[in-house]
Amino acid sequence: MTNPNGRFGIHGGQYIPETLMNAVIELEKAYDHYKNDPEFNRELGELFNEYAGRPSRLYFAEKMTNDLGGAKIYLKREDLNHTGAHKINNVLGQALLAKKMGKTRLIAETGAGQHGVATATAAALMGMECVVFMGEEDTIRQALNVYRMRLLGAQVIPVKTGTATLKDAVSEAMREWTSRISDTHYCLGSVMGPHPFPTIVRDFQAVISREIKEQIRQKEGRLPDAVIACVGGGSNAIGSFYHFINDRDVRLIGCEAAGRGVETFETAATIATGRLGIFHGMKSYFCQDEYGQIAPVYSISAGLDYPGVGPEHAHLHDIGRAEYVPITDEEAVCAFEYLAKTEGIIPAIESAHAVAHAMKLAPTMDKDKIIVITISGRGDKDCAAIARYRGEDIHE
Amino acid sequence: MSNIRKAFENGKAFIPFITCGDPDLETTAAVVRSAAENGADLIELGIPFSDPTAEGPVIQGANLRALSRGVTTDRVFALVKELRRDVSVPMVFMTYANVVFSYGAERFISTCRAIGIDGLILPDLPFEEKDEFLPICRKYGVDLVSLIAPTSENRIAMIAKEADGFIYVVSSLGVTGMRSEIKTDLASIVKVIRENTDTPCAIGFGISTPEQAKKMADISDGAIVGSAIIKLIEKHGKNAPAFVGEYVRSMKNAIKKL
Repeated sequence: MTNPNGRFGIHGGQYIPETLMNAVIELEKAYDHYKNDPEFNRELGELFNEYAGRPSRLYFAEKMTNDLGGAKIYLKREDLNHTGAHKINNVLGQALLAKKMGKTRLIAETGAGQHGVATATAAALMGMECVVFMGEEDTIRQALNVYRMRLLGAQVIPVKTGTATLKDAVSEAMREWTSRISDTHYCLGSVMGPHPFPTIVRDFQAVISREIKEQIRQKEGRLPDAVIACVGGGSNAIGSFYHFINDRDVRLIGCEAAGRGVETFETAATIATGRLGIFHGMKSYFCQDEYGQIAPVYSISAGLDYPGVGPEHAHLHDIGRAEYVPITDEEAVCAFEYLAKTEGIIPAIESAHAVAHAMKLAPTMDKDKIIVITISGRGDKDCAAIARYRGEDIHE
Repeated sequence: MSNIRKAFENGKAFIPFITCGDPDLETTAAVVRSAAENGADLIELGIPFSDPTAEGPVIQGANLRALSRGVTTDRVFALVKELRRDVSVPMVFMTYANVVFSYGAERFISTCRAIGIDGLILPDLPFEEKDEFLPICRKYGVDLVSLIAPTSENRIAMIAKEADGFIYVVSSLGVTGMRSEIKTDLASIVKVIRENTDTPCAIGFGISTPEQAKKMADISDGAIVGSAIIKLIEKHGKNAPAFVGEYVRSMKNAIKKL
């Protein structure tokens, strides 16, 4: 799907300072070499299976299916991976690549803290130095993850600029990378940023749809009718979609964070409310004002609280291959509670956005239809925030 | 010849950077006039952006202060139009790709031409992406300035050969901001540039003292200073024009006789 110049249709590209150009060119060359290297793939496969716990389960949610009374629902359990989210797939790939490139230090941005924890984990495992940039607002919302990163040996730098959330953490990580390139790899956490990141991250996350395809064929003898995943930057969604893109009968549905609603300013639903722009190294859709100033977005989910979307999603939207729907905080919280009570699975509040859409869609589909929902992460980290949302004063 | 070339005809060029609208547009106008009267050869006007990823804390702060006061691209255009009644020194805009793209590239660049802006510096538009705006810039005679960094190495010749206006040589790794020492071997970079083009080159990032400016101008065609000026404006507010004027004079004096 990627053009040689890193474009997905009109999206993507490399809109970055000249200082970083040789670094991304070097990264692209290294990746092009190692992605076909049997030894690299053997090592990565071993890390996936032995360390991260892959393949993740494709679980038939029978109670949820019966309760909703429509399509059969399967859950792709990325929440059962080591560190509790899909983020580890990408991080193990990039950390191994960085190590092969002779880098000794990883830097990363994080929103909810899941990508930061995953990067700190990989750095600990591979004996690399690690610095994580996290919006100060998010260090307060996700204090436990800050402690986990420190426990894993990473340095966490609270970012105070701008809205002090994920977009500012990305900006600060990019600034840090321009100041120290030779020994440092920027381990970007989503399918965004300048080429080749959207392609590299997608390839490492594509293990999700590769496994779904095998597992659903085994269980049902056919492909699903719909695959649903939440979209912030969009890494778990593109991972869930990728191997189905050419299977035209499989609906691909990305769920964006609508926050308090797409008709309000307190939203992070980029495809629903954004327009074409250039930011953080890529051309894509962004929430912005009429002069191109990036909007201060909002979602209850720190992991979806980003004003842009990965360029491949923007392209899949343009060509109509994938659908993107907004899900509000309230809908996501209801889905969070519903999955806990119905299946005994507490999803990340990010993933609950995908569950919420499945709850709307499944009853409209026949019982012989199949939906796969990617549960991108587990929800332990969100319990205190959801309790507070419901008016209970719980602190970690 | 573009106006930018003229900026390099009066000895080594001194190029101050000013964020428009910090602390307000009236002060910006007075600071620009003061810089022009005190020897600035070319003035970089920053159009504020919400997320200036190439800037250090000082210029980030100026961007956010300006935006919080309601500065917009249209208001900056109006400011330049007003300044052009009496200010003849070449002026360029420094902003980010999305500010131009979102306004509509043709609408933005044709307005630059109409109000007397001579060039455009976009730190997030590298050589590989310059076709986004270059054809329109050439159509309207607005120079799209190329940047060369300490990490450019094998890319220097390629960038220099196609450069318009002047070349902005980034002195150091990292973002804008004052530095006590600049360690990059800039003379070697400038040598490669000169082997490939007669477009002038000026060095920026990290320069704040007359001694540093002299050193940088000595090996290139000029020195660019941003953060040190923004700090003066931050400190003196509405009284900043006189202080910036005095500073510009001291910097120009340090480099003009080279």
